[in-house]
Amino acid sequence: MIRHRSFRPVLFLCAIVGAGLLGGCTTTMVQPWERAALTTYSMRTDRDPLASAMAEHTWFSREAATGGRGVGGSGCGCN
Amino acid sequence: MSRRNFQSILCAGLVLAAIVRAVAAPLGVGDKFPELSGIALEGKLPALEGRVLVVDFWASWCGPCKEAFPALARVHAWYGQRGVVVLGVSVDQKENEYADFLKKFTVRFPTVRDHEQKLVALVQVPAMPTTYVIGRDGRVRAILSGYHGAATDKELRTTLNTILAENSSP
Repeated sequence: MIRHRSFRPVLFLCAIVGAGLLGGCTTTMVQPWERAALTTYSMRTDRDPLASAMAEHTWFSREAATGGRGVGGSGCGCN
Repeated sequence: MSRRNFQSILCAGLVLAAIVRAVAAPLGVGDKFPELSGIALEGKLPALEGRVLVVDFWASWCGPCKEAFPALARVHAWYGQRGVVVLGVSVDQKENEYADFLKKFTVRFPTVRDHEQKLVALVQVPAMPTTYVIGRDGRVRAILSGYHGAATDKELRTTLNTILAENSSP
Protein backbone atom coordinates (compact mmCIF):
# COMPACT_ATOMS: atom_id res chain seq x y z
CA MET A 1 0.00 0.00 0.00
CA ILE A 2 2.80 2.39 0.96
CA ARG A 3 4.72 1.43 -2.15
CA HIS A 4 1.68 2.12 -4.32
CA ARG A 5 1.35 5.64 -2.86
CA SER A 6 4.97 6.49 -3.63
CA PHE A 7 4.21 6.02 -7.32
CA ARG A 8 1.66 8.81 -7.43
CA PRO A 9 4.09 11.73 -7.90
CA VAL A 10 5.80 9.78 -10.68
CA LEU A 11 2.50 9.16 -12.39
CA PHE A 12 1.57 12.81 -11.99
CA LEU A 13 4.88 13.78 -13.58
CA CYS A 14 4.25 11.28 -16.38
CA ALA A 15 0.82 12.85 -16.93
CA ILE A 16 2.34 16.33 -17.22
CA VAL A 17 5.10 15.19 -19.59
CA GLY A 18 2.64 13.12 -21.62
CA ALA A 19 0.24 16.05 -21.87
CA GLY A 20 3.08 18.30 -22.99
CA LEU A 21 4.18 15.82 -25.63
CA LEU A 22 0.68 15.34 -26.98
CA GLY A 23 0.11 19.10 -26.95
CA GLY A 24 3.24 19.53 -29.01
CA CYS A 25 1.69 17.43 -31.78
CA THR A 26 -0.50 20.37 -32.73
CA THR A 27 2.40 22.68 -33.52
CA THR A 28 4.63 20.51 -35.68
CA MET A 29 3.34 21.75 -39.03
CA VAL A 30 5.60 24.06 -41.02
CA GLN A 31 3.63 27.27 -41.36
CA PRO A 32 3.18 28.98 -44.75
CA TRP A 33 5.48 31.84 -43.75
CA GLU A 34 8.23 29.46 -42.60
CA ARG A 35 8.83 27.85 -45.98
CA ALA A 36 11.70 29.99 -47.17
CA ALA A 37 14.21 27.18 -46.70
CA LEU A 38 12.00 24.79 -48.66
CA THR A 39 12.11 27.05 -51.72
CA THR A 40 15.87 27.21 -51.99
CA TYR A 41 17.62 25.70 -54.98
CA SER A 42 19.28 23.02 -52.87
CA MET A 43 15.86 21.65 -51.93
CA ARG A 44 14.94 20.92 -55.54
CA THR A 45 15.01 17.30 -56.60
CA ASP A 46 16.30 18.28 -60.06
CA ARG A 47 19.15 20.52 -58.84
CA ASP A 48 21.80 18.18 -60.26
CA PRO A 49 21.26 17.54 -64.02
CA LEU A 50 23.69 14.61 -64.12
CA ALA A 51 22.08 12.88 -61.14
CA SER A 52 18.66 13.49 -62.66
CA ALA A 53 19.75 11.98 -65.98
CA MET A 54 21.20 8.93 -64.24
CA ALA A 55 18.07 8.46 -62.15
CA GLU A 56 15.97 8.78 -65.29
CA HIS A 57 18.10 6.19 -67.08
CA THR A 58 17.86 3.78 -64.16
CA TRP A 59 14.13 4.33 -63.99
CA PHE A 60 13.32 3.58 -67.59
CA SER A 61 15.80 0.71 -67.75
CA ARG A 62 14.13 -0.92 -64.80
CA GLU A 63 10.55 -0.11 -65.71
CA ALA A 64 10.91 -0.33 -69.49
CA ALA A 65 9.04 2.95 -69.59
CA THR A 66 10.91 5.67 -71.50
CA GLY A 67 9.48 9.04 -70.54
CA GLY A 68 7.32 7.41 -67.92
CA ARG A 69 8.80 9.61 -65.25
CA GLY A 70 7.60 13.16 -65.19
CA VAL A 71 5.24 12.98 -68.18
CA GLY A 72 1.79 11.51 -68.61
CA GLY A 73 1.63 7.92 -69.80
CA SER A 74 4.06 5.07 -69.40
CA GLY A 75 5.12 1.79 -70.94
CA CYS A 76 2.56 -0.17 -69.03
CA GLY A 77 -0.25 1.07 -71.24
CA CYS A 78 -2.40 1.79 -68.25
CA ASN A 79 -2.57 5.55 -68.66
CA MET B 1 0.73 1.97 -15.92
CA SER B 2 -2.89 1.26 -15.24
CA ARG B 3 -5.58 1.85 -17.81
CA ARG B 4 -7.04 4.67 -15.73
CA ASN B 5 -3.73 6.51 -15.56
CA PHE B 6 -3.25 6.11 -19.28
CA GLN B 7 -6.70 7.54 -19.90
CA SER B 8 -5.93 10.50 -17.61
CA ILE B 9 -2.73 11.28 -19.53
CA LEU B 10 -4.54 11.00 -22.84
CA CYS B 11 -7.35 13.29 -21.67
CA ALA B 12 -4.90 15.87 -20.32
CA GLY B 13 -2.98 15.77 -23.60
CA LEU B 14 -6.10 16.28 -25.66
CA VAL B 15 -7.21 19.19 -23.47
CA LEU B 16 -3.78 20.80 -23.80
CA ALA B 17 -3.83 20.22 -27.54
CA ALA B 18 -7.23 21.91 -27.75
CA ILE B 19 -5.94 24.88 -25.71
CA VAL B 20 -2.86 25.24 -27.93
CA ARG B 21 -5.11 25.04 -31.00
CA ALA B 22 -7.49 27.68 -29.60
CA VAL B 23 -4.69 30.08 -28.66
CA ALA B 24 -3.08 29.77 -32.10
CA ALA B 25 -6.36 30.13 -33.99
CA PRO B 26 -6.03 32.09 -37.22
CA LEU B 27 -7.53 35.54 -37.52
CA GLY B 28 -10.98 35.46 -39.07
CA VAL B 29 -13.40 37.89 -40.68
CA GLY B 30 -14.82 40.20 -38.01
CA ASP B 31 -11.79 39.84 -35.72
CA LYS B 32 -9.77 42.85 -34.67
CA PHE B 33 -6.54 43.09 -36.66
CA PRO B 34 -3.45 43.52 -34.45
CA GLU B 35 -2.31 47.11 -33.90
CA LEU B 36 0.60 47.53 -36.32
CA SER B 37 2.27 50.27 -34.30
CA GLY B 38 2.61 47.83 -31.40
CA ILE B 39 4.63 45.31 -33.38
CA ALA B 40 8.29 45.66 -34.27
CA LEU B 41 8.18 46.05 -38.03
CA GLU B 42 11.18 47.18 -40.07
CA GLY B 43 10.34 50.13 -42.26
CA LYS B 44 8.14 53.18 -42.09
CA LEU B 45 4.44 52.68 -41.64
CA PRO B 46 2.19 55.01 -43.66
CA ALA B 47 -0.54 57.04 -41.94
CA LEU B 48 -3.23 54.52 -41.07
CA GLU B 49 -5.58 56.55 -38.90
CA GLY B 50 -9.15 56.35 -40.24
CA ARG B 51 -8.06 54.52 -43.38
CA VAL B 52 -9.27 51.32 -44.94
CA LEU B 53 -6.25 49.08 -44.86
CA VAL B 54 -5.21 46.34 -47.27
CA VAL B 55 -2.44 44.28 -45.73
CA ASP B 56 -0.67 41.87 -48.04
CA PHE B 57 1.68 39.29 -46.55
CA TRP B 58 4.41 38.41 -49.02
CA ALA B 59 7.91 36.99 -49.23
CA SER B 60 10.75 37.28 -51.73
CA TRP B 61 10.75 33.48 -52.17
CA CYS B 62 7.03 33.35 -52.98
CA GLY B 63 6.17 33.36 -56.71
CA PRO B 64 2.42 34.10 -56.46
CA CYS B 65 3.23 37.04 -54.17
CA LYS B 66 5.09 38.71 -57.04
CA GLU B 67 2.17 38.07 -59.38
CA ALA B 68 -0.13 39.91 -56.98
CA PHE B 69 1.99 43.07 -56.88
CA PRO B 70 0.74 44.79 -60.06
CA ALA B 71 -2.88 44.37 -58.97
CA LEU B 72 -2.10 45.69 -55.48
CA ALA B 73 -0.25 48.64 -56.98
CA ARG B 74 -3.31 49.45 -59.08
CA VAL B 75 -5.54 49.27 -56.00
CA HIS B 76 -3.12 51.54 -54.16
CA ALA B 77 -3.19 54.05 -57.02
CA TRP B 78 -6.92 53.94 -57.72
CA TYR B 79 -8.27 53.77 -54.17
CA GLY B 80 -5.58 55.83 -52.46
CA GLN B 81 -7.51 59.07 -52.86
CA ARG B 82 -10.59 57.43 -51.36
CA GLY B 83 -8.85 56.57 -48.09
CA VAL B 84 -7.46 53.12 -48.85
CA VAL B 85 -3.89 52.24 -47.95
CA VAL B 86 -2.17 49.14 -49.32
CA LEU B 87 0.60 47.88 -47.08
CA GLY B 88 2.89 45.01 -47.97
CA VAL B 89 4.29 43.02 -45.07
CA SER B 90 7.26 40.91 -45.99
CA VAL B 91 7.92 37.85 -43.85
CA ASP B 92 11.52 37.57 -45.07
CA GLN B 93 13.83 36.90 -42.17
CA LYS B 94 17.00 37.65 -44.11
CA GLU B 95 17.45 41.35 -44.68
CA ASN B 96 19.57 40.94 -47.82
CA GLU B 97 16.90 38.83 -49.54
CA TYR B 98 14.30 41.50 -48.79
CA ALA B 99 16.58 44.33 -49.93
CA ASP B 100 17.65 42.49 -53.10
CA PHE B 101 14.05 41.82 -53.99
CA LEU B 102 13.09 45.47 -53.58
CA LYS B 103 16.05 46.48 -55.75
CA LYS B 104 15.06 44.03 -58.48
CA PHE B 105 11.30 44.63 -58.48
CA THR B 106 9.67 48.00 -58.08
CA VAL B 107 6.97 47.68 -55.47
CA ARG B 108 4.59 50.60 -55.95
CA PHE B 109 3.03 50.60 -52.49
CA PRO B 110 4.47 50.91 -48.98
CA THR B 111 6.02 47.79 -47.59
CA VAL B 112 7.55 46.84 -44.27
CA ARG B 113 9.35 43.74 -43.03
CA ASP B 114 8.09 41.53 -40.25
CA HIS B 115 11.63 40.37 -39.57
CA GLU B 116 10.75 38.58 -36.34
CA GLN B 117 7.63 37.06 -37.94
CA LYS B 118 5.59 38.21 -34.98
CA LEU B 119 2.71 39.78 -36.88
CA VAL B 120 2.38 36.87 -39.27
CA ALA B 121 2.38 34.42 -36.37
CA LEU B 122 -0.31 36.46 -34.60
CA VAL B 123 -2.45 36.57 -37.70
CA GLN B 124 -1.69 32.96 -38.71
CA VAL B 125 -1.92 33.49 -42.45
CA PRO B 126 -3.37 30.44 -44.18
CA ALA B 127 -1.20 30.73 -47.32
CA MET B 128 1.35 32.91 -49.05
CA PRO B 129 0.33 35.45 -50.16
CA THR B 130 -2.70 36.39 -48.09
CA THR B 131 -4.39 39.77 -48.26
CA TYR B 132 -6.45 41.14 -45.38
CA VAL B 133 -8.92 43.94 -45.95
CA ILE B 134 -9.42 45.88 -42.72
CA GLY B 135 -12.19 48.38 -42.23
CA ARG B 136 -11.87 51.77 -40.59
CA ASP B 137 -12.90 50.17 -37.29
CA GLY B 138 -9.83 47.93 -37.41
CA ARG B 139 -11.82 44.76 -38.00
CA VAL B 140 -11.05 42.26 -40.74
CA ARG B 141 -13.61 42.51 -43.54
CA ALA B 142 -12.16 39.99 -45.97
CA ILE B 143 -9.33 37.49 -46.20
CA LEU B 144 -8.03 36.68 -49.65
CA SER B 145 -5.98 33.55 -49.34
CA GLY B 146 -3.49 33.00 -52.14
CA TYR B 147 -3.48 34.89 -55.41
CA HIS B 148 -5.81 33.63 -58.14
CA GLY B 149 -5.45 36.39 -60.73
CA ALA B 150 -8.59 38.16 -61.89
CA ALA B 151 -10.79 36.37 -59.33
CA THR B 152 -8.74 37.73 -56.42
CA ASP B 153 -8.57 41.21 -58.00
CA LYS B 154 -12.34 41.27 -58.41
CA GLU B 155 -12.96 40.10 -54.85
CA LEU B 156 -10.62 42.76 -53.50
CA ARG B 157 -12.25 45.55 -55.50
CA THR B 158 -15.76 44.38 -54.58
CA THR B 159 -14.88 44.35 -50.89
CA LEU B 160 -13.30 47.80 -51.06
CA ASN B 161 -16.26 49.23 -52.97
CA THR B 162 -18.64 47.82 -50.34
CA ILE B 163 -16.64 49.30 -47.46
CA LEU B 164 -16.30 52.69 -49.15
CA ALA B 165 -20.01 52.76 -50.00
CA GLU B 166 -20.85 52.09 -46.32
CA ASN B 167 -18.59 54.89 -45.16
CA SER B 168 -19.92 57.42 -47.65
CA SER B 169 -23.62 56.68 -47.00
CA PRO B 170 -25.36 59.00 -44.48
